[in-house]
Amino acid sequence: MGRYVIRRLLQMIPVFFGATLLIFLMVNVMGDPIAGLCGDRQCDPATAAQLKKEFGLDKPVWQQYLTYMGNLFTGDFGTAFNGQPVTELMADAFPVTIRLTIVAILFEIVIGITLGVITGLKRGHPVDTTVLLLTLVVLSVPIFVIGLLVQLLLGVKWGWIEPAVSPEAPFDELIVPGLVLASVSLAYVTRLTRTSIAENKRADYVRTAVAKGLPRRRVITRHLLRNSLIPVVTFIGADVGALMGGAIVTERIFNIHGVGYQLYQGIVRQNTQTVVGFVTVLVLVFLLANLLVDLLYAVLDPRIRYA
Amino acid sequence: MRGATHAKWAALATAVALAATACGGGGDGGGGGADGVVSSSWGDPQNPLEPANTNEVQGGKVLSMIFRGLKQYDPKTGEAKDMLAEKIETTDSTNFTVTVKDGWTFSNGEQVTAKSFVDAWNYGAHLKNNQKNAYFFGYIDGYDQVHPEKGAPTAETMSGLKVTGPRTFTVKLTQKFSTFPDTLGYAAFSPLPQAFFTDHAAWLAKPVGNGPYTVDSYSRGSQMVLKKWDGYPGTDKAQNGGITLKVYTDNNTAYTDLVAGNLDLVDDVPASQLKNVSADLGDRYINTPAGIIQTLSFPFYDPAWNKPGQEKLRTGLSMAINRDQITETIFQKTRTPAKDWTSPVLGADGGYKEICGSACEYNPTEAKKLVAEGGGIPGGTMTISYNADTGSHKEWVDAVCNSINNALGNNKACVGNPIGTFADFRAQVSTQKMKGPFRAGWQMDYPLIQNFLQPLYFTNASSNDGKYSDPEFDKLVNQANAETDTTKAVGLFQQAEEVLKGDMGAIPLWYQNGSAGYSDRVENVTLNPFSVPVYDQIKVK
Amino acid sequence: MPEPLEPYEPLESYGAEGRAVASTGAGGTADLGTAEAETLEKTLDGPEGSGPEGSGPDRKPRSLWSDAWRDLRRNPVFILSGLVILFLVVISLWPSLIASGDPLDCDLSKAQEGSQPGHPFGFNGQGCDVYTRTVYGARTSVTVGVCATLGVALLGSALGGLAGFFGGAWDGFLSRITDVFFAIPVVLGGLVLLSVVTSSTVWPVVGFMVLLGWPQISRIARGSVITAKQNDYVQAARALGASNSRMLLRHITPNAVAPVIVVATIALGTYISLEATLSYLGVGLKPPTVSWGIDISSASPYIRNAPHMLLWPAGALAVTVLAFIMLGDAVRDALDPKLR
Repeated sequence: MGRYVIRRLLQMIPVFFGATLLIFLMVNVMGDPIAGLCGDRQCDPATAAQLKKEFGLDKPVWQQYLTYMGNLFTGDFGTAFNGQPVTELMADAFPVTIRLTIVAILFEIVIGITLGVITGLKRGHPVDTTVLLLTLVVLSVPIFVIGLLVQLLLGVKWGWIEPAVSPEAPFDELIVPGLVLASVSLAYVTRLTRTSIAENKRADYVRTAVAKGLPRRRVITRHLLRNSLIPVVTFIGADVGALMGGAIVTERIFNIHGVGYQLYQGIVRQNTQTVVGFVTVLVLVFLLANLLVDLLYAVLDPRIRYA
Repeated sequence: MRGATHAKWAALATAVALAATACGGGGDGGGGGADGVVSSSWGDPQNPLEPANTNEVQGGKVLSMIFRGLKQYDPKTGEAKDMLAEKIETTDSTNFTVTVKDGWTFSNGEQVTAKSFVDAWNYGAHLKNNQKNAYFFGYIDGYDQVHPEKGAPTAETMSGLKVTGPRTFTVKLTQKFSTFPDTLGYAAFSPLPQAFFTDHAAWLAKPVGNGPYTVDSYSRGSQMVLKKWDGYPGTDKAQNGGITLKVYTDNNTAYTDLVAGNLDLVDDVPASQLKNVSADLGDRYINTPAGIIQTLSFPFYDPAWNKPGQEKLRTGLSMAINRDQITETIFQKTRTPAKDWTSPVLGADGGYKEICGSACEYNPTEAKKLVAEGGGIPGGTMTISYNADTGSHKEWVDAVCNSINNALGNNKACVGNPIGTFADFRAQVSTQKMKGPFRAGWQMDYPLIQNFLQPLYFTNASSNDGKYSDPEFDKLVNQANAETDTTKAVGLFQQAEEVLKGDMGAIPLWYQNGSAGYSDRVENVTLNPFSVPVYDQIKVK
Repeated sequence: MPEPLEPYEPLESYGAEGRAVASTGAGGTADLGTAEAETLEKTLDGPEGSGPEGSGPDRKPRSLWSDAWRDLRRNPVFILSGLVILFLVVISLWPSLIASGDPLDCDLSKAQEGSQPGHPFGFNGQGCDVYTRTVYGARTSVTVGVCATLGVALLGSALGGLAGFFGGAWDGFLSRITDVFFAIPVVLGGLVLLSVVTSSTVWPVVGFMVLLGWPQISRIARGSVITAKQNDYVQAARALGASNSRMLLRHITPNAVAPVIVVATIALGTYISLEATLSYLGVGLKPPTVSWGIDISSASPYIRNAPHMLLWPAGALAVTVLAFIMLGDAVRDALDPKLR
């Protein structure tokens, strides 16, 4: 087990280099970012050349990459175009996004799995149909509209929440944005749980457990749910990274200055330093989340074992 | 029972009101009257907050509060009035002598002197400082040495600037430019304190200027708190206790926060909410003209778009666009159909005149005829390029194309061509890669007709993205710049504009208005001709 | 790459009670083949089982897949969802069958107007007829949705399945590749990969979605295969010397496919929306393409004033997703031996 974890941690090294190189190249392929800095007019050529030199954009790509990686290992993530160090941006954005992600994941776990168990046990029941309809609404109405309506109703009409999250973004202000962010993932988690439960509820060990006279609750949580959770855990594990980096719409609507927002800004302004810096950290999050998921497999299903 | 309910509601209402006030006042309990603090929506400035490096409206908001230059544009008329300038004298429109008023200081107590200006301008012009507005100093003699087109600078300062006394300095230009003094209200010409040069990083973290406000705290990316400067020597003292600028990720969120009572001022109401402003805000909404014009430019560098006789095609396309309908439906009247290539904020004296006339009126029959006479659309289909990431251009581009298609009776005549990022769009525009018309927007730097014509349509001018060129136009602009009589100069610029109309060098679409909504805590909210709120005049009830 | 890894090994002794019970149940019969095992299960199955179908007159052993097909043909849910999908295909191919107008015919003076004679769904923000655009949008949206989903499901489950089945170095290699692809932000990927494409067909967009979408399914498939691999009948089949391909196709796939189907059918809806996101980034399908996603996005900001502009294309998307979710459910049921 310990050796397995160490191996997995070692595997992160090539992935880290591969991913940063890939992202670095991709942002470079997008072309000249300087043209966008002068508004609707042309930068004067001398200033443009000077800016390129300052951001190191006048060197060949491989040299830029080596310089960047060299700086990275001294803790220097470079500077955004507005003169702010990328580490400062990350220090502002990541704590907020981590809180938002935790809220969203909690919703997925609590609401998603509960609804999944209920609908899985009661297939065809009105509850099942209602949840299916909700799923369809969440999938076909853009998250933008859901967020807007929630903000309008809860924030303006009823005054339950502040429509915009404050810069400090404490947990209580992130509950509603977290729910909105989780909405599409909730659809996945619910249906994954439902299917697994429906499939496993006829499994022999469940019937035996029932036959043994174990209480229904114990059968569901200890036997049925535990064996049904592997796909759900896989999904949620993969979703952690997606939620952290891809909450662009939710973050914009609720004024959350998080990773998704900063990453998007970095990409459209073609700022290599910001984009690579943020993605690098996200890759590490992916890798750790996946490792955690793989270890959870063994907890949920002891037949799976790590050498 | 009834009484109890009533009391409960009253308590609730009080609680809500208290909460709203607390948030609206930036949480500092600023109270009302002259000490009241106004919270206003903001966007993260794209560039470091240096006067000569700020070329967009968000950074401009801060500069408008913490700096005062030699001239100040009147918030209502746009007229350039003396602010720190006691007098600016010239006899030949080339050599100017500037006298700075006595008694002005920066908020850190340092005197504003002639040197404060000259040092600031030399900093702004010098290549090594990467100032994006450096070209503003391009008319000054010696600019070529500090900011050469290629290679390293050969001088540290511009030879055209000379400090001749504690409060006087002279400016020598490279050419005649009679309205030069009127350009000095632009933020790039602001004076800078010595602290800017000695401890630059500290200055950027908390800028110090000479305007009616001082920066109290600045947390990058989230908010800036500005306080009224009690020692401000000018006449336009702040009418409120301070301004809190809050960064919003989206203008729609800011608008929602305004409606919810958490924000006092939103200066950029999203287009999708314009239908709701009267229901949400009543009369707390302003929509005033600003010095911004939007046009369609043509790639004159593409042979397919630069054939003789194509002025008819371009005029026909102009007449195929139903400006009235688009500004009313898509923009809810926050744009005004364009009737010339300048802006109504100039006023008739400043050179605004409905020069475009019938060529900017919707006339589908005539449009179809002219397009055919002009040889038809090159290749049968044309694209209108725009950037997709900011500014929601898609809607109006689609509407313009639909209008053209309907007029020409061909659903394939015009399609929008979105380009992913603004940077990419600008890169393609500035390297002459456009294959068809593309969107162009111009926000004036100073309210002069010269600023709407010369940078955009003079041969090889800095923002002449379409590479329009007409010797007649160039000649008239040069004559106008040399003319010392303002009225005559304006007349010559208008003649140049007539030349532009004959060629239809760019299709004027509409003038952009500034729009803003505000809460019932504040009053006397106005926007200046640059669509920046006049913060110092806002009063808190 | 370091030495081959051997992450997953079956435990010699089964600890948890669930497994011990399982081995007394189906375990003993697994080597006899699925059909017999199913019969045994059916006798245990309560009233919820689909009773008489499997025990029809012809009791000769059939393959799992033909069994599944027999089940499907009689499942009303399958028939209904099939009909909806057929209808979508027909209007995708011949939209003019039910809509006579031109989706590009727009009159700005009618912008945002509601329902009126001849225009049952009203007009959108550009004054185009919403009904006509909804009908014409089916082709793009259904093609993108279905093709991207199929591509993602096939590529993702193949790579994920192999990683899960073989484990060790294969798993390490494939999973880390998955991680790298997962790390590419969609916006960046779209701006880089699609901006160089000049083709105006849907295929670059579909290809892009497959390229960035497969890691999700791959993860799910890998997890499912890892679990399914531990089942007693798989172990038994391995002990009997069954080939890898036989085990994968006959024993593991039917037991591991359910989560893949669930994720894929839901993802179908998100791909249709993603197409619009790409269009808005200026890198997706070029105008004047008509699609539900584009119409949904452009109607979204106006939800307060003109919800009808959003309602119809979103409704069409919902019906499509519903049809595929139901279809997926029916297929999953048909492949589940325990339900027989």
